[in-house]
Amino acid sequence: MSKIVINILRFIILAAIQVFLLKNIVFYGLNMPYLYILFILLLPFETPNWLLFFLAFLMGLTIDLFNDTFGLHAAACTILAFVRVVFISVTVQKDNYDSDPEPSLGIMGFRWFFFYALILSLFHHFFLLNLEVFRFSEISSTLSRVILSSLFTLTLIFISEILFFRKKQRK
Amino acid sequence: MINLWRFISRFNAFFLLIIYFSISLIMLIKNNDFQRASTFNTSNQIIGSIYSKVNDINKYLRLSIVNDSLAQENLTLHNQLKSSFFNDSLVIKKVNDTINRIQYEYIVAEVVNKSITSRNNYITINRGSKHGIKKGMGVIGSNGVVGIVWNVSENFSSIQSILHEDTKITSSIEGTPYFGPLIWDGDDPNIVTLTDIPNQLNLKKNARVVTSGLGVIFPPGILIGTVLKSGVKGGGSFLDISVKLATNFYALQYVYVIKNNFQKEQENLELQNKESVNE
Repeated sequence: MSKIVINILRFIILAAIQVFLLKNIVFYGLNMPYLYILFILLLPFETPNWLLFFLAFLMGLTIDLFNDTFGLHAAACTILAFVRVVFISVTVQKDNYDSDPEPSLGIMGFRWFFFYALILSLFHHFFLLNLEVFRFSEISSTLSRVILSSLFTLTLIFISEILFFRKKQRK
Repeated sequence: MINLWRFISRFNAFFLLIIYFSISLIMLIKNNDFQRASTFNTSNQIIGSIYSKVNDINKYLRLSIVNDSLAQENLTLHNQLKSSFFNDSLVIKKVNDTINRIQYEYIVAEVVNKSITSRNNYITINRGSKHGIKKGMGVIGSNGVVGIVWNVSENFSSIQSILHEDTKITSSIEGTPYFGPLIWDGDDPNIVTLTDIPNQLNLKKNARVVTSGLGVIFPPGILIGTVLKSGVKGGGSFLDISVKLATNFYALQYVYVIKNNFQKEQENLELQNKESVNE
């Protein structure tokens, strides 16, 4: 029950941060962080696929409504959800953990979480920015934006994860 | 049948991907249609009002920059006052029926939301159809051209800014008869490209680029920016001119929407031309 509440709160807070704060943070017109994907990254492992896809879609749509890009973030988030399913099924054996594991930095360890966040955010940003530009002639500038934005997003994800990680340890 | 069901549930992630991805792609492509319903964007009532609340807070942070640009504008207006000119000519009184002949009217509006860094950027303002704004009107800021009205709701409208791949404002270099469309290549939100200017033109740096007055959206002579550099692309006969925008989109707070009172008349006339050619 508390997990549901935490995830709902996380949804609202991340969407608000993305729409009202991060949208205005840009370095040299090149990169922009998309921290809201952290919500999809941190959904518990036992989330059924239909719910995962629905929530990812909903999150993307919420961001879209505020950005005048109807369907763009939703499409990228759907891709993100699929990559998450594949990545988790390849790398995680659920029997190895005693209590219910969560895809967070504190529980899964730095190495796993780093690759998890890196690969997922690269996929998300790649589809997001390419769908936005929608032409092949600008591919080089788009790719550099993908990489820079991913690094920026990754930094923010780690900062917020470290903050939450300490809270959980104290309990 | 059971096998089919087993197959679907085994690869359910893939099917879910296809379903949701195609839904969002359809929405994305439908969204590009200019005639689409204006319900799902920031000119929507609820989202517009949330944004105007947040903007009330943000406004204080930018007060000094906005003050500067307003002071600048006051300066230019003062310079245009009759009282600031030395007058040595005979005064000729002329009565003009101005009330019925004003061609351009300006509606002031406040920016409540904007994007700058996307490939296609939009601005939302707190004036809408209730205040007389219609789709396709021109929008200028205190320094120069901003964009074109794109969608209108009762109290808000969204503007397709110059920083959008579909915005092509016809502009010319002040003092020359040549004109061409202005294109943003998506890199730097301060720089746009003016194309289709013949290359025999001897251009100076910092020459003013202004609206051409062709079409019905902008009056002629409104500043867009200044020439940064020019060059011929690939041996063609046209110049590609980099233009530094006069409008600072980062500090944009107040805009003016231009209403052209003669727009309908001009459009009707041009429509008649087309029809008579077809006959």
